Amino acid sequence: MSQHNRLNQGGRIDRSRSLSFTFNGQRYQGFAGDTLASALLANGVDIVNRSFKYSRPRGIIAAGADEPSAIMQLGASEAAQVPNVRATQQALYDGLVARSTNGWPSVQRDVMSWVGRLGGHLMPPGFYYKTFMAPASMWMTYEKWIRKGAGLGRSPAASDPDIYDHLNQHCDVLVIGAGPAGLGAALSAARAGARVILCDEQEEMGGSLLDSRESLDDAPAADWVAKAVAELDAMESVTLLPRTTANGYHDHNFVTLHERRTEHLADTAAGAGREGEVRSRLHRVRAEQVVLASGAHERPLVYANNDVPGNMVAGAVSTYIRRYGVVPGQKLVLTTNNDHAYRAALDWQEAGRDVVAVVDSRANPDGELVQQARDSGIRVITGSAVMEGKGNQRVSGARVVAIDTPRFVVTGSIEELDCDTIASSGGYSPVVHLASHTGKRPQWRDDLLGFVPGEVKGMHYAGGVQGIYALDESLADGARAGAEAARAGGFEAAGAMTLPAAASRRESATEALYQVPHEKTSLRAPKQFVDFQNDVTAAAIELATREGFESIEHVKRYTALGFGTDQGKLGNINGMAIAARCLHRSIPEVGTTVFRPNYTPVTFGAIVGRHCRELFDPERYTALHQWHVENGAEFEDVGQWKRPWYFPQKRRADGQERLETMHEAVARECLAVRQGVGILDASTLGKIDIQGPDAREFLGRVYTNKWAKLAPGRVRYGVMCKDDGMVMDDGTTSCLGDNHFLMTTTTGGAASVLEWLELWHQTEWPELQVYFNSVTDHWATITVTGPEARKLFSEVTDIDLDREQFKFMDWREGRVAGVPARVFRISFTGELAFEINVQANYALHVWKTLFAHGEKYDLTPYGTETMHVLRAEKGLIIAGQDTDGSVTPEDLGMHWAVGYDKPFAWIGKRALNRPDTAREDRKQLVGLKPKDPKVVLEEGAQIVLDPDQAIPMTMMGHVTSSYYSPVLESGFALAVLKGGRKRMGETVYLPMSNGTTHEAEVVSTIFVDPKGERQNV
Amino acid sequence: MFYIFCPYCDERREEEEFHPSGQAHITRPADPENCSDEEWGDYLFFRDNPRGIHHELWVHRLGCRKFFNITRDTTTYEILETYPMGERPTVTAERAGVRQEQGVQTADGGWQTVGARPENSKLNEETPS
Ligand SMILES: [Zn+2]
Repeated sequence: MSQHNRLNQGGRIDRSRSLSFTFNGQRYQGFAGDTLASALLANGVDIVNRSFKYSRPRGIIAAGADEPSAIMQLGASEAAQVPNVRATQQALYDGLVARSTNGWPSVQRDVMSWVGRLGGHLMPPGFYYKTFMAPASMWMTYEKWIRKGAGLGRSPAASDPDIYDHLNQHCDVLVIGAGPAGLGAALSAARAGARVILCDEQEEMGGSLLDSRESLDDAPAADWVAKAVAELDAMESVTLLPRTTANGYHDHNFVTLHERRTEHLADTAAGAGREGEVRSRLHRVRAEQVVLASGAHERPLVYANNDVPGNMVAGAVSTYIRRYGVVPGQKLVLTTNNDHAYRAALDWQEAGRDVVAVVDSRANPDGELVQQARDSGIRVITGSAVMEGKGNQRVSGARVVAIDTPRFVVTGSIEELDCDTIASSGGYSPVVHLASHTGKRPQWRDDLLGFVPGEVKGMHYAGGVQGIYALDESLADGARAGAEAARAGGFEAAGAMTLPAAASRRESATEALYQVPHEKTSLRAPKQFVDFQNDVTAAAIELATREGFESIEHVKRYTALGFGTDQGKLGNINGMAIAARCLHRSIPEVGTTVFRPNYTPVTFGAIVGRHCRELFDPERYTALHQWHVENGAEFEDVGQWKRPWYFPQKRRADGQERLETMHEAVARECLAVRQGVGILDASTLGKIDIQGPDAREFLGRVYTNKWAKLAPGRVRYGVMCKDDGMVMDDGTTSCLGDNHFLMTTTTGGAASVLEWLELWHQTEWPELQVYFNSVTDHWATITVTGPEARKLFSEVTDIDLDREQFKFMDWREGRVAGVPARVFRISFTGELAFEINVQANYALHVWKTLFAHGEKYDLTPYGTETMHVLRAEKGLIIAGQDTDGSVTPEDLGMHWAVGYDKPFAWIGKRALNRPDTAREDRKQLVGLKPKDPKVVLEEGAQIVLDPDQAIPMTMMGHVTSSYYSPVLESGFALAVLKGGRKRMGETVYLPMSNGTTHEAEVVSTIFVDPKGERQNV
Repeated sequence: MFYIFCPYCDERREEEEFHPSGQAHITRPADPENCSDEEWGDYLFFRDNPRGIHHELWVHRLGCRKFFNITRDTTTYEILETYPMGERPTVTAERAGVRQEQGVQTADGGWQTVGARPENSKLNEETPS
């Protein structure tokens, strides 16, 4: 196929560099400098997609971020698939492969169009709600079917080969948009000495100047762009970011910029010859000041069949001709309500093609451009508009009629013009998206017929975004905004900036016209599209208002106006204006919806950056991690820690070698600890070093129990409550010296307990002299536990382990395996135990020494699962598992750990005096023993007293911890049960979701060694 | 994402380093043993939810670990001042002449005292799409 719409000269393309690409399986040629859209138009491709709801053929309508229809699926390989790329924003590269996201089996012959045609009646606004919501069970089926038909793009099924980065940036002035206003702002801010970032979403900086008919300093406008960009590029304080979209504006001038570094070259970085390089970046910019110079989008007019391929926005026609050397048709009709759009007709004529007529809704347009058109022999029809386009797969004509805009009626007879292209312009809508991302509502300006951004602190507006469209004024406004932003950031310009000379043109005022009246009513006329991407018609909006939807937000949701990746760029204002007309209100009365980030879609790769796979979340390893890995440990995540869960061993059975199951491994580990000796890496336990003359007093206030008399060398278990009296954390604290304590916390609670201590010290009791420091990572903790623990441990330490010298709940300092250590006689297993703390970098040495000596005792490493079974057999709780923020120490049966007679009103004490915490029917911690020993109750299972009660049953409590005990040869559980302590020996029932019911006996929480003799040997 | 000035570090840092801890200037009853259940309940559970100026307690968790106070406008998210523990705010609703009352925000962005009916609800407020 030839590029029959390509001009022989002009445009910013390189005709010597031919690029070949594929669209829907067909091969085409384009040139370097093309976008995918301009190349498709050059090749005369009219239909690029099928519409979302009605499956109507759609062509390219716009030339930038406002394009609603030409949405592509890109990528030559499965791994390189990118959905929802606008053809107008994708630079052409050699080998580009694109497909329509919609249209099956092809955009030319779409089976769905039958549905769409019927759907004219089947799919009124709200069709999701009305048609598909009932029966609800069918919704999944409906949605699948709709999505297949609607084709909203698809994600790749293979892993993304590329890498992405996040960059944190700071600057004095961030300028968004590099059109005339943005360049002016960047120049004036940078010249004042401010650190400037200038970003622009297009391939080249320059914005509207790249296709402007205007001259600057008597040279083409683009020449001035080149000079301005060169000046900025040469300044060290300026960062230029082309191909970079400011997608989100967040609080305190935090702006996210999406920079595409290789997407214009190939579908992967490697394909672009940039193996290993970053494909795109997300800049997280913290800007002192922001200049928003995002310009304006031209609104199309709403008339019948305005979606047939060949209908375009007027400015886009100019852009394709002047920037890409492409004339997207032969015979043009332009319909407009303003002067600026006349450029399209002039450009079209200068390109050597036929301008059939300009149809102007105004009675007496007389601006300079209008005059120029008349002087060029173009027929100008005034007081009229294109009422309806003709054609199916491509425009074949335009039906023009005289209209009375205020009364919204046609007034004359219809004239049919023969044409293949209808360009329309309904005025301009400032691109206020970023300014409304933090919730600031745009303000309607009657003089501009558009919404301008509301005031946002630290944000300055320049040019088109505040309705300043004339080139000379826009440049000046940019320079002003840049200087103001720099000044606000503390930089003063030396003097006023000299601006390039631009012509000032006389314009006649734009007329307020959004929807062109039709000879038939909106509901009976051919479809008049407002939102092309979501297939929202004028009739749909009218119907919504008739059905009682008065709020624009509700109209939006009912009709889908402004949804999706489009975010109302072309259609929002027209839609609001139509709603306002139907509701007999003004546009500001109806108001506008606000916009959400992101402005245009951002790939997941860019959002994720490096935070994926092993870098998704920090993983914490203990000093012994490598040993665990080498010894086959299965790991469990505890907070960010990787803890050994269990150590499966090889086992021979039936002549075959296999790994133990978890159940087998845990049973073996449990028995080793109960009968011999086991070893646990407990390094993840939170450790807080507490020092100061008031450390002891402080402990007395944050713990429920007493600390006044704990002597150096002793250890005590403590419970911490919040001031509501509910258990928050627990652990042991050791007295290292009169003014020095070591607190341990649960693994998960380490950081929050430290913050808790700081909170009370800094905000309530700053007069106490006490200091806290986390030493969790400094010390490795190795637990040696079991009846043989003393024998083994005595071989590697110089500490006197005599049971009278070194009692349960003592700690001693000494050497273990030749290195300095603190050893604590505390037990989380109920067996004789030594908790050895050594400097973390000695941990592996100590661990290995213990194993060297431990072989003869069959020293067995165990993991968290065995630890849980052993502690639960002893009724030892885990805060956060057996407690849930509604459990008091009394509920846990820990009245022995509550010092009601302590002098100070410690945290939680007052609440424990409330009548509610004294209730006897509170949920209390109990043990449960299933009647069937093979049953391991489900954690979370609800407890009832009467299994035959009708649903909803009276729930009495639930299981908090449940395991199988190899010692008991039975399942067992801890649970909280209303009035549980008085129900010892009673039978309770646990109905399961599968209809079965378990029976269990309420028993003591201590299943093994009720007298606690084994840990005291 | 807030940009927060830590009065102890003497510089602005990203919100990720900080952690909010609720309303500032909550006084724990000096003699908890002798206050009523109601007074204790007020201290524990009842917090202001102003539209406008609000004083909050924050901690520079991943920095200096110090608690400090922030005066923030809950409608604009603007941080009006930060100040160390033990100091009082200089920006207050009374001084700024801001109407401060208990209530809820209505759908049209207006303000409604709890229990009252919206007078002229235009229901124009955005909800996520
Ligand atoms: Zn700090």
